[in-house]
Amino acid sequence: MAVTFSLPTVLARLADGQSTIQASGTTLGDVVAQIADRFPRLAPRLRDDQGGPYPFVTYYLNDEDIRFRGGFSAPVSEGDEITVVAAIAGG
Amino acid sequence: MTTALITEREQSLQQPTLRPLPLACRLCGASQPAAPAAICEECLGPLEPVYDPDRPLPDAATIASRPGSLWRYREWLPFEGEPLLSLDSGFTPLVESPALARRLGVGRLWVKNDSVCHPSLSFKDRVVASAINAAHAFGLDTVGCASTGNLANAVAAQAARAGLAAWIFIPHDLEIGKVVGTAVYNPHLVRVRGTYDDVNRLCTQAADRYGWGLVNINLRGYYGEGSKTVAFEICEQLGWRTPTAVVAPMAGGSLVTKLGKGFAEFASAGLLSGAAPRLYGAQADGCSPIVRLVESGGEHVEPVIPNTIARSIAIGNPADGRFAAQAIRGTGGWVAGVSDEDLVAGIRLLAETTGIFTETAGGATVAGALELARTGRFGPEDEVVLCITGNGLKTVEALQGVLPEAPVIAPKIRELEALYGRDL
Repeated sequence: MAVTFSLPTVLARLADGQSTIQASGTTLGDVVAQIADRFPRLAPRLRDDQGGPYPFVTYYLNDEDIRFRGGFSAPVSEGDEITVVAAIAGG
Repeated sequence: MTTALITEREQSLQQPTLRPLPLACRLCGASQPAAPAAICEECLGPLEPVYDPDRPLPDAATIASRPGSLWRYREWLPFEGEPLLSLDSGFTPLVESPALARRLGVGRLWVKNDSVCHPSLSFKDRVVASAINAAHAFGLDTVGCASTGNLANAVAAQAARAGLAAWIFIPHDLEIGKVVGTAVYNPHLVRVRGTYDDVNRLCTQAADRYGWGLVNINLRGYYGEGSKTVAFEICEQLGWRTPTAVVAPMAGGSLVTKLGKGFAEFASAGLLSGAAPRLYGAQADGCSPIVRLVESGGEHVEPVIPNTIARSIAIGNPADGRFAAQAIRGTGGWVAGVSDEDLVAGIRLLAETTGIFTETAGGATVAGALELARTGRFGPEDEVVLCITGNGLKTVEALQGVLPEAPVIAPKIRELEALYGRDL
């Protein structure tokens, strides 16, 4: 499944300056793994030592926080948009 | 002769420069120069300002001699130099309530009344006062925020008088008082379909793309420090001592976290007598991720989708939830979740006992305090402060259909006596 993966500026610097990346996979975890392989400097910012997301990094699959969708196990569909948001703000 | 009306910002351009402090990551400690940035480039953790531990600090008498605003504590706010904007925020009343103390079964009780904080009637005026000075110092001409309402009011008001453009993002279905209380200042007000957490995501992306100074996003390190002044004021107004317990509402979790930091900083400066107070946090049952975190003993917040009338504290993914839980646990405090019915009763109880009309978040604080008392968290020796963070006129919807309807009569004594009898 081809998806679009969007990064904030602070992470795009580690992906050759690309804030939008085309990738593929059947789950979000697959997609993240593929991008981590392509951009080794970005990899440790996307996943912690256990391979999960960091507490201060929120992934959205289309408009939904992936923590409501099973985390990195969430299945992705053709054309999905994945957005990485670092440090969600306070009220 | 004509009189020119000039903005605070135009005035400030003729004054000495205010310098924001450098930043360091709360998680990994990596440092970076002062900047409108909130994310550590090393680990993506939150950035906080770094104070010079050897800076000269004022004594109690010096602080007491300064004007009554949060800037009387400027050595503990994230700048070098004199503040330039929003000089009238903070230093709100600390009101003792013997009647509420009796209801809770505690020795004494005070209300820290930020429902009258200037200029927009909530504690958010404190954090915006700090952030807008940072924005000005960084040369930003546009500020903004993602907000559940009170912050929208505060940013719109303070940006207007500072002469800055403002972009305000709010959930589409906020209370009318908070929408009008923002729109009147003529910002760019955007209502977003979704919850606060949806608004927050959009606003975070906008900050990244457009380079605005969004006070609770890329200025967040400077913004949050303003909350400490609630703790400073409580101590000073009690006669340079601490209460034994403080109860505050929790949304993003920043206020409780910064209360703990504020009490610790004043103790470290030798300005206080008394132990650090136990910190307690209240949330509505319909959005209580921090309550659940503390009760479960876990380390990370599990986000929720909010469903409560307490819109100002309806944040399902609280950024500082983890730190709030640490502050509460570290002081021996606890948490309380309350129903919407109970928080409405809390609004009424505060009004009827203390003469203060608070919004839904304040109702949650009062109801939470009652629950904590009922479950034995307070004793008769306790001296408790309730942090009331917003004004009830902003959320009158919460009381619709709850209060008795007042009778209407003709201007005739006989009609008055017909209603109430002759023994008035």
